[in-house]
Amino acid sequence: MDITRKDVEHIATLSMLNLNEEEIEGYTKDLQNIVSFAEQIQEVNTENVAESAFALDAYNVFRKDEVKESFNRDLLMQNAPSSNGVQYQLPPVIVD
Amino acid sequence: MEYEVIIGLEVHAELSTKTKIYCGCTTEFGGDPNTHCCPVCTGMPGALPVLNEKVVEYAVKAGLATDCKITKNSKQDRKNYFYPDTPRAYQISQFDLPLCVGGGFDITLKDGSTKHIGITRIHIEDDAGKLNHDSYTGGTLVDLNRAGVPLIEIVSEPDMRSAEEAVAYVEKLKGILEYIGVSDCKMQEGSLRADVNLSLRPVGQEKFGTRTETKNLNSFRAIEHSINYEIQRQKEVLEAGGEIFQETRRWDELEGKGFVMRSKEDADDYRYFPEPDLMPIKLTDEYIANIKENLPELPEVRKQRYIQELNLPEYDAGIITTSKALSDFFEDASKECGNPKAVSNWIMTDIIRIARENDIDYKDLPFTAKRFASLIKLIDSGTISNSIGKKVFEEMISENKEPDEIVKEKGLMQISDESAIKEVVDRIVAANPQSIADYKAGKDRALGFLVGQCMKELKGKGNPQIINKLVLEHLQ
Repeated sequence: MDITRKDVEHIATLSMLNLNEEEIEGYTKDLQNIVSFAEQIQEVNTENVAESAFALDAYNVFRKDEVKESFNRDLLMQNAPSSNGVQYQLPPVIVD
Repeated sequence: MEYEVIIGLEVHAELSTKTKIYCGCTTEFGGDPNTHCCPVCTGMPGALPVLNEKVVEYAVKAGLATDCKITKNSKQDRKNYFYPDTPRAYQISQFDLPLCVGGGFDITLKDGSTKHIGITRIHIEDDAGKLNHDSYTGGTLVDLNRAGVPLIEIVSEPDMRSAEEAVAYVEKLKGILEYIGVSDCKMQEGSLRADVNLSLRPVGQEKFGTRTETKNLNSFRAIEHSINYEIQRQKEVLEAGGEIFQETRRWDELEGKGFVMRSKEDADDYRYFPEPDLMPIKLTDEYIANIKENLPELPEVRKQRYIQELNLPEYDAGIITTSKALSDFFEDASKECGNPKAVSNWIMTDIIRIARENDIDYKDLPFTAKRFASLIKLIDSGTISNSIGKKVFEEMISENKEPDEIVKEKGLMQISDESAIKEVVDRIVAANPQSIADYKAGKDRALGFLVGQCMKELKGKGNPQIINKLVLEHLQ
């Protein structure tokens, strides 16, 4: 599968990333390498292997429905680039 | 040209678990902003989700109650999109292996007919946070208390053809979820909300037209109004030779208008992939059978019981059992006063009207079943007449008092003393010779007039059967 600069631009738009010319070129090459590497897996014969969604043979990892104490808000807000101490602050976006 | 309306719904219901889907934070509604949060639900790098077992159980319950098949080998997937109410920049949902598939149920329409509406799938996912407008800076504030609250999304087949059918479908679905206790379904708090997919096609055409999606409708009124608006809008565009674009729309109930939020082609690229932080879900036959056995009485079963054991008309039984709260109210009040027929009649008229007028849920009625039952008892014992009962009903709400208190305070006790009534009847009849002549000339209305005059004289408190009997004695 070929990765084009159009693919990179599209993914960048979806991810809200602002890439310059140089970065677009770099990421196109990097992504192509990653995809080509992953394509090797396609060559493995999986005829008699059951389909699975997960690499490990693990399932049903559950948690009981018991309330735990939440985090200190002041600590959470320390990670916010901008906050009013109570909520995260953003430039205006459509609120519905 | 005549068009056929095609409607499919996606209903999101918040599950009434104690904790969020992937962490132990409380799901309680409200709360100080960002106090029901932790590194998992605020999307801190490296924080790992662990699935709440109740979420699986509740989703399976919902699936079994709507006649779905349960997927025994299921998984969760990452749905990637960038929006500030979703701190991880992805939602954890289910893509190709939802927990429940292929169900449905019958809805009852106003003309008494029934129609089957199919359910395509039910899957689990996490809710987003809430964006608030900051009037101080003009910016946007983010409260993540709701982020990570568990949701089921119930996707219907495009089987509905009108606003009435869509509303009936959501009403029935809401009732089922309430009966099985997996969601409190408080629409005004957003714990049940619907997205409406709608398209038109010329009658007789098989291919569907282009559809639009109106998101986040959180009342029955909004569902009804937005559908009728969108039908009209699409019709006008098509009739003017225009084209419908696939887009996401927003509905403003106050303005009674819909707006474009975004065109679909930009956004509909979620790059789903299996969620690597969560293990697959495997359900055994025993697990599913056990949940099925323990399902409570469902609305359809209750409805049949009301028809067969209590002799309610099918339509009334259908309306009452659609809401668990209303049906519980009916059962409690009937038990208390011993007259289910009367309770059902009052529900079908005054109680439904009160709820509609005030846009309240049946579980928030401004009186208890017990208080209402004591009103019925006053009428059944002959203490007050039915028409005085209607007045006491209104005052019971406006003054928040017990019915017998109101009756005592205002002296509304019915007069059943025949001699007292006879005195009034004699006087009224003597004063209206013309009416007697009219009646004898075959004008039956004259009887009603005389009874009305007597009732007026008795300030509405006279026993109507006795007045009627005494007036007739005079006339014959």
